[in-house]
Amino acid sequence: MATALLLGCFLEGCASGPSTVKAASIKADKDRHTAPDFSLKDADGKTVRLADYKGKVVLLDFWATWCGPCRIEIPWFTEMERKWKDKGFEVLGVSMDDNGWEDVKPFLAQMKVNYRVVIGDDATSQAYGGVEDLPTTFLIDKQGKIAAIHIGLAGRKEFEDGVDELLGEGDTPVNAGNGAVPPAVAAAKQR
Amino acid sequence: MLAMVLCPPLLRPQSNVERVTIGQPQKVVGKRNDAVQTKIPVSILEGYHVNSNTPADEYLIPLKVTWTSLGALEGGQVTFPKAEKMAVGDQTLSVFTGKFDLTVNFKVSAKALAGPGTASGKLGYQACNNKVCFPPKSVEIDVPYQVQ
Repeated sequence: MATALLLGCFLEGCASGPSTVKAASIKADKDRHTAPDFSLKDADGKTVRLADYKGKVVLLDFWATWCGPCRIEIPWFTEMERKWKDKGFEVLGVSMDDNGWEDVKPFLAQMKVNYRVVIGDDATSQAYGGVEDLPTTFLIDKQGKIAAIHIGLAGRKEFEDGVDELLGEGDTPVNAGNGAVPPAVAAAKQR
Repeated sequence: MLAMVLCPPLLRPQSNVERVTIGQPQKVVGKRNDAVQTKIPVSILEGYHVNSNTPADEYLIPLKVTWTSLGALEGGQVTFPKAEKMAVGDQTLSVFTGKFDLTVNFKVSAKALAGPGTASGKLGYQACNNKVCFPPKSVEIDVPYQVQ
């Protein structure tokens, strides 16, 4: 239990001071950790790697078709993609549906989703701390570091303020001292 | 302990919580060809809900009983209680909350041998609260029976 809580704190940077940030959910540079890379397929069968997005602000959304709160957020993300796509921002959805594209493709069409979606797997979920609670959304900065995590339904303004702030950050890493997020498998198993 | 102080409660992993539990079903007793019935007590953790057996749309995962071994019993049709309506965003969901019973109807097989046994199955569910949904899970069901 304590390990799980510490993992939560590790991912959130609970002890970080807010002095250098504006959006409430954005972590200070020194508390950001590299977002684990992954290689997953999109609806066209093309391989998508998070590393391909370096230099962009990414909203990485773990979701599922059966998740009600996810459905509330998806139209927001669609609007944010439209609004900021040309400004160095992209939404990347990671569907955790067991049935994969069979369920996800018609859902995306129904919801008129305009951003890229991949089908997630256990390895990716574990790499991000054992994501099971949906939606779980990561805001990743231009250096590929996790700047914010939202577990569960969050406010639209919270996302927009976070992205706005991250887009305003420079392209040069402020602090290169943080390593990659360590494998979270052990911690997740202790839940 | 420090983590508990510093971490907002919503950020704590919640995946180890049993959101749905079932109580001991009533024992089924009957002779060959008898129609018999049992009730399975289901309890949803406060603050959570599960989709009903008839969810609001095709993407939502229903509450469902699947029998894996009926033994000397046949059938196993489940009668669910009346579902509640719950608004989530602009969608109205059909859900169950709190405590309720599932009524299950069996028939004792014409070829059943006298004696005790157990019908086994699973209650599949997908639970959420007002902010988070959790992966589909199932809980084991064991219905004891006695063929007279």
